[in-house]
Amino acid sequence: MPDALPLLIAIALPFAGAVAAGLLPTHARNAAAWLAGGVALLGLAMVWAAYPTVSAGGVLRFTAGWMPSLGLDFSLRMDGFAWLFAGLVFGVGVLVVVYARYYMAAEDPVPRFFAFLLAFMGSMTGVVLSGNLIQLAFFWELTSLFSFLLIGYWHHTAAARDGARMALTVTATGGLCLFAGVLILGHIVGSYELDAVLAAGDLIRAHPLYLPALVLILLGALTKSAQFPFHFWLPHAMAAPTPVSAYLHSATLVKAGIFLMARLWPVLAGTEAWFWIVGSAGLATLLLGAYVAIFQHDLKGLLAYSTISHLGLITLLLGLNSELAMVAAIFHVINHATFKASLFMAAGIIDHETGTRDIRRLSGLNRFMPFTARLALIAAGAMAGVPLLNGFLSKEMFFAEALSAKDPLPVFFDVLPVAAMVASAFSVAYSLRFIHGTFFGPDPVDLPHKPHEPPAWMRFPVEVLVLACIVIGILPAATVGPYLDMAARAALGAATPEYSLAVWHGFNLPLVMSMAAFAAGLILYRLLQSHLAKGIEGPPLIRSLEGRRMFERTMVFLSWRLARTAEGVLGTRRLQPQLRLVVVAAVLAAGWTVWTRGVGPGNLVPSGIDPVLALIWLLGAACALGAAWQAKFHRLAALILLGGTGLVVCVTFVWFSAPDLALTQLLVEVVTTILLLLGLRWLPKRMDIPGSRGSEAVTLTRRLRDLGIATAAGAGMAGLAFGVMTRFPPELLARHFLELAYSEGGGTNVVNVILVDFRGFDTMGEIAVLGVVAMTAYALLRRFRPASDSVDVPEQQRDQSAFDASRPDRKDGDTVADWLFIPSLIARLLFPVILLVALFLLLRGHDLPGGGFAAGLTVAIAMILQYMFGGTQWVEARLRVLPMRWMGIGLLLAAGTGLGAWMFDRPFLTSYFAYSQIPVLGKVPVASALLFDIGVFALVVGATILILIALARQSLRGHRAAAPRPPEVPAVPEPAATAVGQTAVGDD
Amino acid sequence: MELILSLGIGVLTGSGVWLLLRPRTFQVIVGLSLLSYAVNLFIFSTGGLRTGAAPILEGGRAGTLAMHADPVPQALVLTAIVIGFATTALFLVVLLAARGLTGTDHVDGKESGR
Repeated sequence: MPDALPLLIAIALPFAGAVAAGLLPTHARNAAAWLAGGVALLGLAMVWAAYPTVSAGGVLRFTAGWMPSLGLDFSLRMDGFAWLFAGLVFGVGVLVVVYARYYMAAEDPVPRFFAFLLAFMGSMTGVVLSGNLIQLAFFWELTSLFSFLLIGYWHHTAAARDGARMALTVTATGGLCLFAGVLILGHIVGSYELDAVLAAGDLIRAHPLYLPALVLILLGALTKSAQFPFHFWLPHAMAAPTPVSAYLHSATLVKAGIFLMARLWPVLAGTEAWFWIVGSAGLATLLLGAYVAIFQHDLKGLLAYSTISHLGLITLLLGLNSELAMVAAIFHVINHATFKASLFMAAGIIDHETGTRDIRRLSGLNRFMPFTARLALIAAGAMAGVPLLNGFLSKEMFFAEALSAKDPLPVFFDVLPVAAMVASAFSVAYSLRFIHGTFFGPDPVDLPHKPHEPPAWMRFPVEVLVLACIVIGILPAATVGPYLDMAARAALGAATPEYSLAVWHGFNLPLVMSMAAFAAGLILYRLLQSHLAKGIEGPPLIRSLEGRRMFERTMVFLSWRLARTAEGVLGTRRLQPQLRLVVVAAVLAAGWTVWTRGVGPGNLVPSGIDPVLALIWLLGAACALGAAWQAKFHRLAALILLGGTGLVVCVTFVWFSAPDLALTQLLVEVVTTILLLLGLRWLPKRMDIPGSRGSEAVTLTRRLRDLGIATAAGAGMAGLAFGVMTRFPPELLARHFLELAYSEGGGTNVVNVILVDFRGFDTMGEIAVLGVVAMTAYALLRRFRPASDSVDVPEQQRDQSAFDASRPDRKDGDTVADWLFIPSLIARLLFPVILLVALFLLLRGHDLPGGGFAAGLTVAIAMILQYMFGGTQWVEARLRVLPMRWMGIGLLLAAGTGLGAWMFDRPFLTSYFAYSQIPVLGKVPVASALLFDIGVFALVVGATILILIALARQSLRGHRAAAPRPPEVPAVPEPAATAVGQTAVGDD
Repeated sequence: MELILSLGIGVLTGSGVWLLLRPRTFQVIVGLSLLSYAVNLFIFSTGGLRTGAAPILEGGRAGTLAMHADPVPQALVLTAIVIGFATTALFLVVLLAARGLTGTDHVDGKESGR
């Protein structure tokens, strides 16, 4: 696709350039400027390269699969209309880069500026070249994002931050509306491709969803193009560096809205809804912007409101539902881009060379910068619509359209010519103010800098643009004629009307209107002299109509008051209601499914009831209920009962052919119980004091409600479990694993083979979780501060110490030292035995119940037994456990076994096995899975011990805390306590 | 048998949910343990209840469902037991840290002022 190459380059180059510019050193402003200028020039060349095809009426296309499953392609499309806008984006882009090189101060991080500018350029190109509406919406939001970054470039000033935020809020919200509208449009047409949409105008306009789609798309376009009532963000965006304003507010960002409306004009326009929304928004904006612009004292503010007004003019033209007006609109887009960009640059030059943009302080600059003054004079003339300049031509077209617009709405159209003249008079007035206030009058006094001409290259872009204003103004048909024609034909197709691009159309009504507007503007400016001289801020009559204040009120309402109210009404920070909600939702969801689907009887006859198991479960249920009943006031009892339930579960596993589960459950039960026992020490004492819980009735109601929920959940689970168990279980993977466990996994214990071989990756993830949990627990405990009421030495130890103190033959601490002497001796003797059992479990795991998990837990239990009976200090004086190292080795071993498979060109975690003859032990299976299991083993050992020991050691800290010290100094971790934590378990 | 086990699961769930809705952290940790027993048993039971059919192959022959229980739920539950231990441990430590910081063992970190 050689045709498409220019498109691809034009869209990719700016983004690539942005990344490159972003990587430059902070002060490489020349390099960045060269880079940006080169990119923009190359982009312009690419656009130019497309001219031959496009001018012949052809369309350049590029398509690549994006999300084929959704029928979405990344598609670029350039016809004459898109060509014109792309040309503006790159052409004005080149000039802005040149200008910015001289405008930006050396102290600013200029490469960042150019990076944003290029990225914005790319996004804008994306908008105009998108051949797909979703893609267009995507680039649309990108322009919002990068304009935010550009406007907020001087983020150290509050005005830049606020302006950027406001622009982003307004335009990105509009962008979301646009996205929704585009989705509706795509739904109507059945395709998001621009070609398909443009061909479906009648279908769209007749569709019941036309109005919602129209309103949403227009919300996007009108916010972007700063149309009333969304215009207020644009003046605040003037906090941006002037090159940004010159770029964003003349040729690019705000024109995106115009582009979209014109692009979709053939399919969306032509209805009354379009006319009323677009036309009235445009008219209001035209008048309001022009009126407010007269009273601005800031040069850029004046230009900002003038921009709003001119955008209103273009929007109004688009809203008139007339093909000729559409041509006029496209023409004015070009003209406005040239004179407004040059005026912004001139304003920037004035600001740069004098240090202020305040018209009240500026005066008589004509003598200091005559050349700039003349350039600005011509550009302002174009803005006001002086004959022989380009603004005049499009204004004449506008007047002609205002006069000839015909629709069944006569009232509006009697107003239109008058409104056009009024707005035109206003624009004469503010253009006069810009020129007269700045360049004429007495010499300026008290300016921050002594004014002088700017560097020649800084003026160069202005010269180019002003030259364009003059040439187009004098020879429209010979210069801009072909391009305008091409763009209009591409946008309108066969409906393109005949129009004439001549300077002189004879002595007709529009010309008279023009003259009258000039006269009125001159008189208005004279009359306003005294008012303007007072220097009052804000326009008269509508000063209170400030968009910014409304915006801020809306934002405060939405983001603060509404949010707070919603949180107050709907939210809670209390855990119990949240959990209750979760449980109730789960019960209801399950119940609703059963209710709607119905449950038939199972296809499996339940087997008879074994009295032994019934008795065991009677015990288990009693334990569970007892634990639920006692967990508040008798924690130890509840813990013992919990263990009882755990044992019943364990027996159930044995009963129903799951020896591995039973083994693991038993070991976990031991470890969990010890863990919770260690925690009990730090919980507050609780007494049952009747009446201490507030109103009995309230408490009772609450409990009854929770009892109801719990009963419903329990009954539901029982029913569900019974339903599941009385159906034939699906085979799914069971057969597969049973058949392949030995032939491919080399083990007879299928559960273990699944864990370490078939699903080894899951297991690796699981042990990683275990390691993370252990480290989290350890980290949390390092900063543990016991509550003040539980730092005392436990009651038993106090009794024992008192006993020691009362007997002269005993030293303090003797009883504590001898505590549990016999069990500790047994535990010491058992230590190697338990370790051997663990080794046995580990080695046989692949074939018989056992495995890394069980073995790891066994070792941890052996270790914690020593801690329990021997005491922390005794154990640590003799045995140095480095849990972190165990965990590290475990993870490395597991991952390494997996990676080892790569060396044999096998996928990750492929296992290898063989049987080997080892003296004394006999035939032993040697599988790489065993190595993996050893990794699991090591990690489980490390993690379990890390948690348990970290918790156990807290009692040592408790003793130290109990030693006399100042009452409350919790903020600074005392070194002793930290050191304890480190020497205990953390120094590896 | 199915009846016993499903009733057992029901009782464990009910007790667990009841404790889950209580205001004291220790009640919640016990409740979570009970609930995880119930859930583990439930997952385990989806493979069907079989006695004397442990999924341990004999003499290197390929196993069949006629002779052995379904090993998949067992493998799932085995990992669930270990992860359950990890979450209990983590919750306990958080519980203790919260208790140390706030001075109370209420789940909200402060005594309810109802």
